[in-house]
Amino acid sequence: MVNVGGCEEGDENMSEILGLKAKLGLDVFKADKEAHIKIKSGMEKDARLKRAVLVCPAGLYSENAEGTVEFTIDGCLECGTCRLACGTEVLEWNYPGGGSGVQFRFG
Amino acid sequence: MEKFDVIIVGAGLAGLAAAYTLAGEGLEVLVLERGDYPGAKNVTGGRLYLNPVREFFPELWKKAPLERFISHEGVTIMSRERSLTINYEGDELRQEPYQSYSILRAKFDRWLAKQAERKGAMLVDKTRVDDLIKEDGRVSGVVAGGDELYADVVIACDGVLSLVAEKAGLRQPGKPEDFAVGFKEVIELDKTVINERFGLEGDEGLARMFMGEVTRGKFGGGFLYTNKDSISLGLVVGIKDLMQGQPAVQAPLLLDEFKQRPEIAVLIKGGETVEYSAHAIPEGGYKALSKLFGDGILVAGDAAGFSMNIGVTVRGMEYALASGYYAAQAVIAAKKAEDFSVRGLAVYQELLNQSFVMEDFKNFQEAPYALDNPRIFQHYPEMLGNMMRDIYAVPAGPKNRLYPTIKQYLGLGELWSMLGDVRKVMKI
Repeated sequence: MVNVGGCEEGDENMSEILGLKAKLGLDVFKADKEAHIKIKSGMEKDARLKRAVLVCPAGLYSENAEGTVEFTIDGCLECGTCRLACGTEVLEWNYPGGGSGVQFRFG
Repeated sequence: MEKFDVIIVGAGLAGLAAAYTLAGEGLEVLVLERGDYPGAKNVTGGRLYLNPVREFFPELWKKAPLERFISHEGVTIMSRERSLTINYEGDELRQEPYQSYSILRAKFDRWLAKQAERKGAMLVDKTRVDDLIKEDGRVSGVVAGGDELYADVVIACDGVLSLVAEKAGLRQPGKPEDFAVGFKEVIELDKTVINERFGLEGDEGLARMFMGEVTRGKFGGGFLYTNKDSISLGLVVGIKDLMQGQPAVQAPLLLDEFKQRPEIAVLIKGGETVEYSAHAIPEGGYKALSKLFGDGILVAGDAAGFSMNIGVTVRGMEYALASGYYAAQAVIAAKKAEDFSVRGLAVYQELLNQSFVMEDFKNFQEAPYALDNPRIFQHYPEMLGNMMRDIYAVPAGPKNRLYPTIKQYLGLGELWSMLGDVRKVMKI
């Protein structure tokens, strides 16, 4: 089993996340100037953030050993699910700027 | 100062239907789209039912880039280790005009935008609307790409979260119980392979829903649609159920498990996934609809909450096209009366009330409550699977009679619970 980025989760979860990265790699993404979704400062340990770990179809939220939720914007499908699950008190949420972010070729 | 008759936010089906209709009546229409092209941000399962919207755009459908007409319907009830599939074929599904088509939005929306442009609508892509301009409490334009753009009316067609309707004060950020998340893969397969594998001829297509173990008993289900030379395979799961755990499972893992089911693996064998997409879907029904109009603004499509799951069908695109069309009609009427205030735009609500859109939402307003029942997604699929196993089993010794085989699953307690569930489902 390859160890990626110091991730210490179980084998099943690891292989799942690796497969997901490859799947997201099939999509066309255009970089934005800054992240369009941010965890609001001071909210990193808010329990509502843990919902995003389960609901995000791109698996962009993960919980580390200290119980803090970490987030990466790369691979965001702009589905809006994290905003609905966690709410706007914990997430600063906007769509990426015009002409950036995911560009679906099939949809 | 740049001023248009109408500014439409979002080149999805609602926005493009409105633009097409308004431009056809000679109004100056600007459509703003944040994607590289119309459809770049849009996702469907998906299938479009044409009957409800055919006559709104009579000349549109003949050349529309739809995938396959759906001639084969089916549902698969999945339990952990077995499944029961019911296929439906009927002559009426093979007769023109066809009831429904599979569809890929990047292709379709781009084409629909061209038709609206041909009518005279102006489309600007790669442009995100950042704010509304308000004067004396009424919406008078938008801020986009640093520019201020003015119009008599803004139509918010910016999709399921509708940040524009939020800024107008017509809705609050959505609640998880009123939404589901859909995610799917487009899997390329040769056309002849698809036809042979699914028993299809020419442009015939298949649609199949899946329920039960496919969502680990959570509210929702799976779907499979055949496109011309690909398959759309995915899941829709209620966000509330997904985030509450029980069992806790990450959404993408559910789709992996779905693909690995032997019933599915054989259908997508040899196929190549070419895209992975996801989108939230309004599922709160009538009670969760947003306010539909304000001073100088209308809301249409997913932005208003016009999408509906009644178990057997999940529909949104027809409501988007229809609400976009009626929003356009409302603007045309408001322009005649020279009144773009709440009073002048209220005709939008009246038009919708008289149409299939509000009729459907009122008729099916109990559906979200009736379907919010874990027994439907967990208990019944498992029970049905076990029943089928026992019915088909031929043991070494004598086989049990059929009636007692079935009856062992239907004790008094079970029948009593079933009665309660049936009474709820009867309200749909």
